[in-house]
Amino acid sequence: MTTLTVTRTTLLKDLRMEWRSKDAINSMLFFALLVVVIFSFAFNPTAEESRMIAGGLIWVAFLFAAVVALNQTWARELRNQVLDAYRVSPAPPNALFLAKAIGNFLFVVVLECLMTPLFVIFYELRSIGPVWQLIVVALLGTWALVVNGTFFAALSIRTRSREIMLPLILFPISIPALLGMVDATTSILTGEATPDFWIKLLAVYDIVFTAICLMLFETVLNAE
Amino acid sequence: MAGTSEPHPPPVILLDNLVKFFGRFAALRGISASFAPGRLYVVLGDNGAGKSTLLRVVAGLMEPSQGSISLLGAKRIREVAPRIGYMGHAPLLYDELSGMENLRYFAGLYGIPDDEVSRNAMRMVGLDPDLPRRVGQYSQGMRQRLSLARAVLHDPELILLDEPFSNVDVHSARDMAAVLGRVRDQGKTIFVVTHQAALMEDVADEFVHMAAGQIVSRDEVVRKSVNVGSMR
Repeated sequence: MTTLTVTRTTLLKDLRMEWRSKDAINSMLFFALLVVVIFSFAFNPTAEESRMIAGGLIWVAFLFAAVVALNQTWARELRNQVLDAYRVSPAPPNALFLAKAIGNFLFVVVLECLMTPLFVIFYELRSIGPVWQLIVVALLGTWALVVNGTFFAALSIRTRSREIMLPLILFPISIPALLGMVDATTSILTGEATPDFWIKLLAVYDIVFTAICLMLFETVLNAE
Repeated sequence: MAGTSEPHPPPVILLDNLVKFFGRFAALRGISASFAPGRLYVVLGDNGAGKSTLLRVVAGLMEPSQGSISLLGAKRIREVAPRIGYMGHAPLLYDELSGMENLRYFAGLYGIPDDEVSRNAMRMVGLDPDLPRRVGQYSQGMRQRLSLARAVLHDPELILLDEPFSNVDVHSARDMAAVLGRVRDQGKTIFVVTHQAALMEDVADEFVHMAAGQIVSRDEVVRKSVNVGSMR
């Protein structure tokens, strides 16, 4: 029984449960849709203005929407105290964390795939820089959000007001990543600067925080 | 007690001055005890006596504030986790999955790839492995049975059960008690925390009474004309 096997088993279980309930994806979609529509009517930007603000707008929408899903990540494990069944098993704690993080990553990626066409339509977006770089930024940025989000959601599961706690802890620590995502996206959309620095920053951020989360997760899981 | 002339087997659980605080409240107050293998212990006591806390500490779900535990010869519970089965007060099951899907997942956590093991565990507690209904739609009795199946799925040597008969009708509870008796007869050690002592009278080897965070007495069950030692 390896970490990889348990990660795969847990991930498949989570995907099956999400497929049946659609709790996370529905709440994320609804939230992101609201942001797109409301901001579009509030600002009514031109194509040029859209390119300047879209980076911030897109990532803030995805960040807030992701928090909605992240709050539900551990809710299923708390219902009926199923987490205890995992804790008494010999399964590696990191496998649970990886499965949850990968699951959240997939949910947010699905959200991004569904919402991006709407952003393009509502904000008349057309990228001047290469689109493949946007995909790299999206993948690195999404992992940055979900890896910390999954960890801090686990940290706050035993607190009384966990839905408030998560953004309070997550947002400050996500600022470097958010800065990287927004600036890299704006650079690519406007074509005015190279996003290389920001992409490297995101990659380093991902590696560092994934390693820290993996190191500390067992302590968080077994905290009383 | 198994044959008095035979050498004593090493204890399955050895508790040494176990103390557990919740803030300033002591839920366990210096418990020292040892429990022999192959026996069915029934832990009794009023609410707040520390029964569930003791079980959670033994299962490794809580760290003791003081004292030590030796479980199946190991000081670190994690080392012997594959040899322990735990059934909590809550069912520890996913409502959104069917019974078999639940057991299949938990079997995966113990490295058991064979579906037949999960199917047998369901049959053992009197549930149909082909029942497609999700656990959220199960009756309380069915949930408890499935929870028991989950706890014994990986054939553990030590089984810890917290209130397995709560909200279960008498008939189902008697069936579950009989299952526990059969599992004990296979040489497993079982701890049952319950308020329903009468259900366990026919199968228990020892009643352990707790009050105010301490074990206050232990009563062995003596059965007529049964050589218990030769049965195990």
